[in-house]
Amino acid sequence: MTDTAWIGAALSSARPQAVGALLRYFRNLDTAEEAFQNACLRALKSWPQNGPPRDPAAWLIMVARNAAIDEVRRNKKRQPLPEDDHAISDLEDTEHELAERLDGSHYRDDILRLLFICCHPELPPTQQIALALRVVSGLTVKQIARAFLVTDAAMEQRITRAKARLADANVPFETPGAVERNERLASVAAMIYLIFNEGYSASGDTAETRKPLCEEAIRLARLLLRLFQSEPEVMGLTALLLLQHARADARFDAEGHLILLEDQDRSRWTKPLINEGLALIDKAMRHRQSGPYQIQAAIAALHSRAERPESTDWRQIDLLYSALEAMQPSPVVTLNRAVAVSKVRGPKAALEMIEPLAPRLLNYFHYFGVRGAFLMQLGRNEEARIAFDRAIALANTSAEAAHIRAHLDRLMRDSQPRDSQLSKK
Amino acid sequence: MLYAILCYHDEDFVGSWSKQQDAAVMEKLGLVQENLSKQGRLGPVARLLPTTAATTLRKENPPVVLDGPYAETKEQLLGFYIVDCDNLDAALDVARDLGNANPGGAYEIRPVGLFAPGGKLK
Repeated sequence: MTDTAWIGAALSSARPQAVGALLRYFRNLDTAEEAFQNACLRALKSWPQNGPPRDPAAWLIMVARNAAIDEVRRNKKRQPLPEDDHAISDLEDTEHELAERLDGSHYRDDILRLLFICCHPELPPTQQIALALRVVSGLTVKQIARAFLVTDAAMEQRITRAKARLADANVPFETPGAVERNERLASVAAMIYLIFNEGYSASGDTAETRKPLCEEAIRLARLLLRLFQSEPEVMGLTALLLLQHARADARFDAEGHLILLEDQDRSRWTKPLINEGLALIDKAMRHRQSGPYQIQAAIAALHSRAERPESTDWRQIDLLYSALEAMQPSPVVTLNRAVAVSKVRGPKAALEMIEPLAPRLLNYFHYFGVRGAFLMQLGRNEEARIAFDRAIALANTSAEAAHIRAHLDRLMRDSQPRDSQLSKK
Repeated sequence: MLYAILCYHDEDFVGSWSKQQDAAVMEKLGLVQENLSKQGRLGPVARLLPTTAATTLRKENPPVVLDGPYAETKEQLLGFYIVDCDNLDAALDVARDLGNANPGGAYEIRPVGLFAPGGKLK
């Protein structure tokens, strides 16, 4: 690895802790970010010569803080700033001492505060995600804009607006109490899941561009889990992301068309990610404190454990979805459950299950895709065709539309011989 | 004489490598390993999954299971086992049996990500 790549990795891994601590000092996001940027510039100058500091985060926090304090002094007294080299020269002596003071006591709350500010309820989800990727992950505006498929200027504006809203919202900087901490934890988990979905729901032609969002979400989830080692839902969230991301390489064909789970080449699933996800589910289950992320992770795990699609434990998946339904009633969950039901009890039972959902899922692509598939299995081809047509009209991505068209083609192929026989009679 | 070489690093740092960076490091390490292997000097090699996947069993009476990696600095790493288990509970059962045979201290149970059994040592 080159010097710069090495330093880049060190800076990005130190970032959440450093920016979090600086936010505690300055109580202003822009000041904290700017101070961190300045410290990074100094690191790029100093580290290649002096070697990496033992604790990069402590080094960055101290340099950033000193530089900011100098700047305040300079503005006050209009005195010249000491030479850069001079300011850095005695760092190594005090670094150890500082590292001692930084020992875990603030670490957890600093990072949590930083994460929580990004998912402040005042901010709409799109701004939350953009802000977290900018502030916590340290992605450049350009990188984020690329991942969201918008222009740099539009993304810059989105982030600026988010910061302005935060400034107006009087965000509390105090260390949260136990109850509030749990609430914050839930909203941080939801935000990480949103970031992941932004990457995961990409279509084939953009999947590669948006993949970093999935990887970043996993990094944040692991970070959160390290702060809350005994929270089964954080284990569940992390497991869910790992198990889904493990399929990334198998989800699209060469033309960028989505490949359904049952048609994927399972040898292309990433084994270490699956193993990590399964290990986390094992850990979570020991707590006997179920939750939506754990259940979804357990469902993903059952798919991961099946070496062939036929060996999928659909009965267990049906049970897990029914538990999820009870916990978080939603027509989309019922729709997913119906797919499992169709495998266990057949398409007729599954169709009956989703009929009542129609009014609430009138404009939902997947509803008509699933409905069409059940009708097709029941041989009700004309109704299936109508459902598929509706699905294509509602498709969000070209990959979704192409997938349904493949169903339609199959339908046409299958029904043609029968039609021709009918016409002979 | 056999030596164990234990790998320590900041996992945030290693975790922030891109897939390509990670692959490049593994490839370079692979060359060193291959060389040792040809000389009949390489035993098993394991790359562990992140500490977030770890569980710790304190060998008290009764043993206490804790989430997360082993975090004490008062005790030292004295050895390790690689065991094949269906799930975490099975691994904890093995650790409890070992703990009964030798109480005191703790075991960290960490899933293995990559494992190469290694050839026969000369």
